[in-house]
Amino acid sequence: MAIILSGEWYDLRDLANPIRELIDALGAPDAVDYVLWSLIAALAILIWLVVSVIAFIWIERRLVALMQNRKGPNRVGPAGLLQPIADAIKLLLKEAITTRDADRILFWLAPIIVFIPTIVVFAVVPFGESMVLADLNVGVLFLIAVAGIMTPAVFIAGWSSNNKYALLAAMRAIAMLISYELIQVLALLAAVLFIGSMNLQAFVSWQDEYNTWLIFILPLPVVAYVIAGAVEINRSPMDLSEAESELAAGYHTEYGGIKFGFFYQAEYMAGFAIAATVTTLFLGGWTLWGLEEWIPGWIIFLGKLYAVFFLYIWSRGTLPRLRIDQLMAFAWKFMLPLMLVNALVIAVEVVVWEETGASRNVALPAIGAVNATLAVILVIGWARVLGHGSGLQRGYRATLTREIGKIYYTGAEVS
Amino acid sequence: MEDTGTVVAFWILAALTVGAALSVAAVRNLIHSVVLLIVSFAGVAGLYITLSADFIAVVQILIYIGAIAILLIFAIVLTPRAGRLNQEGFMLLPALALAVLVAGTMIFVAFDTSWAISERDGFEETATAIGDLLLDKYALPFEIASVLLLSAIIGAILLVRPEGAEEGPE
Repeated sequence: MAIILSGEWYDLRDLANPIRELIDALGAPDAVDYVLWSLIAALAILIWLVVSVIAFIWIERRLVALMQNRKGPNRVGPAGLLQPIADAIKLLLKEAITTRDADRILFWLAPIIVFIPTIVVFAVVPFGESMVLADLNVGVLFLIAVAGIMTPAVFIAGWSSNNKYALLAAMRAIAMLISYELIQVLALLAAVLFIGSMNLQAFVSWQDEYNTWLIFILPLPVVAYVIAGAVEINRSPMDLSEAESELAAGYHTEYGGIKFGFFYQAEYMAGFAIAATVTTLFLGGWTLWGLEEWIPGWIIFLGKLYAVFFLYIWSRGTLPRLRIDQLMAFAWKFMLPLMLVNALVIAVEVVVWEETGASRNVALPAIGAVNATLAVILVIGWARVLGHGSGLQRGYRATLTREIGKIYYTGAEVS
Repeated sequence: MEDTGTVVAFWILAALTVGAALSVAAVRNLIHSVVLLIVSFAGVAGLYITLSADFIAVVQILIYIGAIAILLIFAIVLTPRAGRLNQEGFMLLPALALAVLVAGTMIFVAFDTSWAISERDGFEETATAIGDLLLDKYALPFEIASVLLLSAIIGAILLVRPEGAEEGPE
């Protein structure tokens, strides 16, 4: 209060500023300030995440129900609003079973390790002009690296269960994660090449300065990143690592109670992390063409984030699941070549823009048009080359199915 | 390395890294070893951060935890003799002797060398400098390394591909 009355106007729309003021008012040494600031910011992010997850469990179930002509949760509380809380209480009260032959330490550790990267990602995400916990110079790389910790965690979960189905599901999940991590990296590489920085705040300010969103300039990487993100967070149509209607539950088959709850919540949080990345890198982050002057940046950011997350809910409600070989073929045969060509083209464009020194009003629309056209040509053309989309959709049996079929039904040795 | 925070961080990380690395060899279960190795990798990444080498630190996590650890896991899972309990152990004495020799050599070198200690402050941003060097001064080794990796990938595919394998349907 005194700060505002003293006539020094601090921008309270950015939630970081009042917190900083409060901490400064304490007059503690720098180190204590730093620790306090980190703790408060981390706690704020954590609370936001948990509240968001609980809210979105209800929203998602209602939305998917709406899409599938059902009612969804509607009994607990008004319009079923208290359903996620009831679910959470149920998960907390359930006995946390550890199977007899499980590797106890790792079994207990895996849900925690899965949890870490999904939260840590938000450390580098700018929620507002100064609302960023750690403004890293290598932010984009940090996002990828931290998401990569998921992969060993998934394996630990599957292996420590000491259950062959969980282990197989873990191996399948790892294969998927690794394949699509490549796509993710190449998609982000294109964006980093174009902006020339790996700092997330630099992405936001670039898009603010040039009055555009990167999605208009680099359409193909955005699509690729969103698809690869769906794999990372196990969302339909890429949710076959735990396809609940076909497999038991994938790598966390043996987990129950709050341990399962950890996986469940980590998946949601990873979903928010992907949405936050897409928002920051490709959708302008906390800026909205001057509107951030009037509305707090973090509201804009959260609005965009939830909009991106809605895409995942939408796809979950509408799209059928892919088969594992289709998914892998899509990554290695379809996406990878496209993303490599895309990265090359963008590198050339950056150099040409630099060399010609064209004004931004000419260069950006031109690059955007070229990239959009190229994306359409590449996607359709490469699909034709691979034998899809020629109008005659012939169903092929999966290679693996054919090979296994040969062994089982004809007894023939597979060459 | 002047301020206390860095020193404290260094010693904690050093203890974590070395402790985890020792446990890698001491633990019987191979998967536990890999998990401890991941902890050790993470400790090394933390050490890079205390040296203000943020790019290398993040790459360390990306490559070692995200890729090398997975590679090791695959190798263990696909090795028939690496059972769940890993009861087998042979050539313990020669291995121990070799380990002691290597450790002795490294400790001797570490204490014998007169290390050049740079007086400059930490870099503001390392990624740009590394990128410039890789694509300018060290462009040729960089390209050679990537071609080598590419040929390794192609070689691996050739090796696992059965002879006269039929073409896939797609």
